[in-house]
Amino acid sequence: MPRDLSFKFALGLLILFAIVALIGPFFLEHDPLRGSLRARLDPPAWAPEGSATHLLGTDRLGRDVLARIVQGARISLAVCVVVIAIAGTIGTALGTLSGYVGGWLDRVLMRVVDLALSLPVILLALLFAAVVGPSFLNIVIVISLVLWSQYARMSRGETLRVKNEDYVDLARTSGLGHAAIIFRHVLPNIAPSLIVVATLQVGVVIILEASLSFLGVGVPPPNPSWGGMVAEGRSYIVSAWWVSALPGLAIVLVVMAVNVVGDALTDRINPGLKGRGA
Amino acid sequence: MLKHLAGRLAEALVALLLMSLVIFLLSRVIGDPVALLLSDSATEADRQMLIAQLGLDQPGWRQYLTFLGNALKGDFGQSVTAGREDALHLVLSRLPASLSLAGIALLFTLVVGILLGVLAAVTRGTVADLAVRLLALLGQSAPSFWLGIMLIYLFAVKLGWLPTSGFGGAVYYVLPALTLGLFTLAAITRLVRASMLEALGSEYVKLARIKGVSEWAVVLRHALGNSLIPVVTFMGTFFATMITGAVVVETVFAWPGIGRLAYESIMARDFPVIQTVVLVITAFFILANLIVDLLYLAIDPRMRARS
Repeated sequence: MPRDLSFKFALGLLILFAIVALIGPFFLEHDPLRGSLRARLDPPAWAPEGSATHLLGTDRLGRDVLARIVQGARISLAVCVVVIAIAGTIGTALGTLSGYVGGWLDRVLMRVVDLALSLPVILLALLFAAVVGPSFLNIVIVISLVLWSQYARMSRGETLRVKNEDYVDLARTSGLGHAAIIFRHVLPNIAPSLIVVATLQVGVVIILEASLSFLGVGVPPPNPSWGGMVAEGRSYIVSAWWVSALPGLAIVLVVMAVNVVGDALTDRINPGLKGRGA
Repeated sequence: MLKHLAGRLAEALVALLLMSLVIFLLSRVIGDPVALLLSDSATEADRQMLIAQLGLDQPGWRQYLTFLGNALKGDFGQSVTAGREDALHLVLSRLPASLSLAGIALLFTLVVGILLGVLAAVTRGTVADLAVRLLALLGQSAPSFWLGIMLIYLFAVKLGWLPTSGFGGAVYYVLPALTLGLFTLAAITRLVRASMLEALGSEYVKLARIKGVSEWAVVLRHALGNSLIPVVTFMGTFFATMITGAVVVETVFAWPGIGRLAYESIMARDFPVIQTVVLVITAFFILANLIVDLLYLAIDPRMRARS
């Protein structure tokens, strides 16, 4: 029972995150990029000296923290969507092909996947990001480069499972071409497992993007990224804890919700996967 | 079994070689080493001489082979920063701080994670179970850089119990090790809980109970033993998480390890150091996975029987 309740709560939180990211920025009272020097490091509304003008306080440049968190949600969501689209497409295409064709292609591709999975993620991302410089596009490329392999491994395994099913044999004997078999019979049947991978990856992408931004090679300032905001607030932690704490809390809440939903989906769609996301 | 091991070893070498190629290519793109090494008053002749000296006039594949050959001899060049320290020496001197931190964090997560996992499984459905699962969920969701800052705020700034950052005696290890370990702690707790629940419902545990074995013995001897196999399977992943986590955690806590060195050298575009540090970390990464493979063979009788 509490499991179902937490699932609904988490799903609600995720929907809220998506809504805030999509339309939140249109309803902002303050400009997330422009601050007022008279309102530097104002505490949040519930603190003793807080005021209702800035509900979650302001940062060192007097910018509204709430406005920046809302704008940051949009950046986080955008990175997630684009990365999962790119990594998912490339990974699924290679994995499905690898599993369907088999032979030396399969052996070579799976070695590459093993290699990709055995490299230190953050370090690789940091290296690439340092080479090409911080920008939205580069973040997306770096994280996709690192994450495609998980889709490849999953879709290959699932394709191997599906390809010897009776309905695929039937389709083949009835003269259907390979492309048609893959698109009409293989992909729809392996899609649920891939959706589970994608869901669990939302959390991974958010944390990776935030970590890169925190290290200064992510979304470049003055654009508000949650990780970047935590980094900026770090020097003021003694006098103004909210600048670092609140954007980080946003990350924790969203990633927590993603993990709860992802676990529930894993249980329902593909129980065999359990534990592998750990 | 020997064949299996040889295969894994070959794979590890290919991975290392590939990483060296990636690093080589990237470091050539990162910055022009000549511009970094030359002083402002250098003439065009000085420039040409340095290019020849560094071998940059050679074709790319040749430069790579030279780089590999030197690396095998332990020569990774010198840091381009003011100290001009030997790159390998610099990396190795930072290694103990990182290894001790990762070792303590790993030990702590193993002990506490297994305890919490067993506790949650045995008290399934109670408040204790719920609390442990909530903690595990939080641990898997909180980014380490934020967690580190919050711990510093709470335990160092507000309560004054522990130092904010830096390197020294045992007290300096508490917060960084906690930050580095929480994600893995959460993962181990979840794994142990899940496999304990499975084991507690299995036929051999039922049989042991029927035979009148005490509940403690059932949990500790019969269920726990088998529940630890998945933990061993994921040890490589855990260690890997710690190594990469070190980049962020060491930066937050000003810890003088290779994680912070990696970050600093990338920021300073100090390419000899970048190459060395990334190769050393990758080597550890691969070594950890090899050791886990061996452990796995030793611990799981089914694997031994198959090979």
